[in-house]
Amino acid sequence: MTPSQPSCCSCSPGAEAAPCSCSTPPRQPAEIRVTDSTITFANRLDHFLARWGVHRTGHRVAPGLWRLGSPAAESPVLASANYTLSFDALRSALAGYDAYILVLDTKGINVWCAAGKGTFGTEELVSRLETAGLAGIVTHRKIIVPQLGAPGISAHEVKRRSGFTVEYGPVRAGDLPEYLMTGKAEPAMRRVQFPINDRIVLAPVELIQAALPAMVVAAGLWFLAGPVAALAAISAVVAGTVLFPALLPFIPTSDFSTKGLLLGGVVAIPFAVAFTSDTALPVWAAIAGAVIPLLIMPAVTAYLALNFTGSTTFTSRTGVKKEIFRYVPVMACMAVSGIILGLALGVSRFTGVY
Amino acid sequence: MSDSYEKNTLHYHKELCINCRRCTQVCPHGVFAEGSDHAELARPAACMECGACALNCPVQAIEVQSGVGCAWAMISAALMGRDMDSGECSCGGDEGSCCGAHQEKSSCCDEK
Repeated sequence: MTPSQPSCCSCSPGAEAAPCSCSTPPRQPAEIRVTDSTITFANRLDHFLARWGVHRTGHRVAPGLWRLGSPAAESPVLASANYTLSFDALRSALAGYDAYILVLDTKGINVWCAAGKGTFGTEELVSRLETAGLAGIVTHRKIIVPQLGAPGISAHEVKRRSGFTVEYGPVRAGDLPEYLMTGKAEPAMRRVQFPINDRIVLAPVELIQAALPAMVVAAGLWFLAGPVAALAAISAVVAGTVLFPALLPFIPTSDFSTKGLLLGGVVAIPFAVAFTSDTALPVWAAIAGAVIPLLIMPAVTAYLALNFTGSTTFTSRTGVKKEIFRYVPVMACMAVSGIILGLALGVSRFTGVY
Repeated sequence: MSDSYEKNTLHYHKELCINCRRCTQVCPHGVFAEGSDHAELARPAACMECGACALNCPVQAIEVQSGVGCAWAMISAALMGRDMDSGECSCGGDEGSCCGAHQEKSSCCDEK
């Protein structure tokens, strides 16, 4: 759907040198779109594709004001992001309610990530309130913002600039009916958890991101060192992108890198054993061959594990930075020495040393 | 085993607090708890430096160097020769997705 008028700073992609002007006042009342609480098959398909990283920023809804049910002048107004997973979570949680939904333009990014970037922010909220003409639509001056939008929103600043009072709703949209009934979010509703379901839905995107390099390396290893080596490469990547999110809280140690090293080490053991039990090799070559997966696989898994920090709900920048300085050199050393050992072994075999 | 997440940049100036309770509402990890005449720093080590408390504190009683704890963003920034703190998290996505500095430019032009 095309917005009836350009929102703040929307130039058409082709329009050359069209200045982004934020000062043009709206000339006609903004359009109010209509939605309901039904999640259709098309919605589910869209969610599935988003989870698999297909067209990552394309899962958008139109920014602006939406009508859910038949809201009146005193109905609640709730803010959301223009990411289908965010918007759909909100509207489906509000089945049976009459409300307005104010969708901010977060470029197809969820509320929390967009708040961290500032696109779900004070500026965008204030200008959306204005362009939607909300002050003329509802009689109250209250907007319910998801709690995870708070890193981008300054509630007192919004109040000062728009007259609207920000009330932070619960973390999960599912708690909204209770919040709307009691007007209060219990401490548990304000806490972010990271349960198995939330972790495992992230695995597909992690896997897809690592898939191409993993395939290339696996194909190369197949030719150079055989199918077991190719399987080792795939295993290290699957361990880092699928097993790691699933097992995160159960792996001992608190740092992601050490968790990854442990997990990668365990996954490498069968490959190491496969080498040592190869009776066709001289003993020294079998031992060297066993050491290679024990060096490279944990390094790969740990690196992928460290990269999962950005998808979690609790890692601080200070901590992640500390981890990078502490463990990335270790991972690099392990991987490089493993590769050198592998090359040496390959050259020895090629030159007929064994 | 050492814990890289023990310390963070959160500072709370209790004497400035006016007990509006915003911080207790916005923190996703229960770092602040309601107190009788000011907010209590209940779980400082759980802070993930999202910055919500500081941004929503009307009297600047809370300071934190906020940022996204994302290794991918920091390593990419470091590899590109930029300041590690300038990277933006992809939120587990590919480069062009949520973020990257280049996104800033095109962001104003994606709505027809």
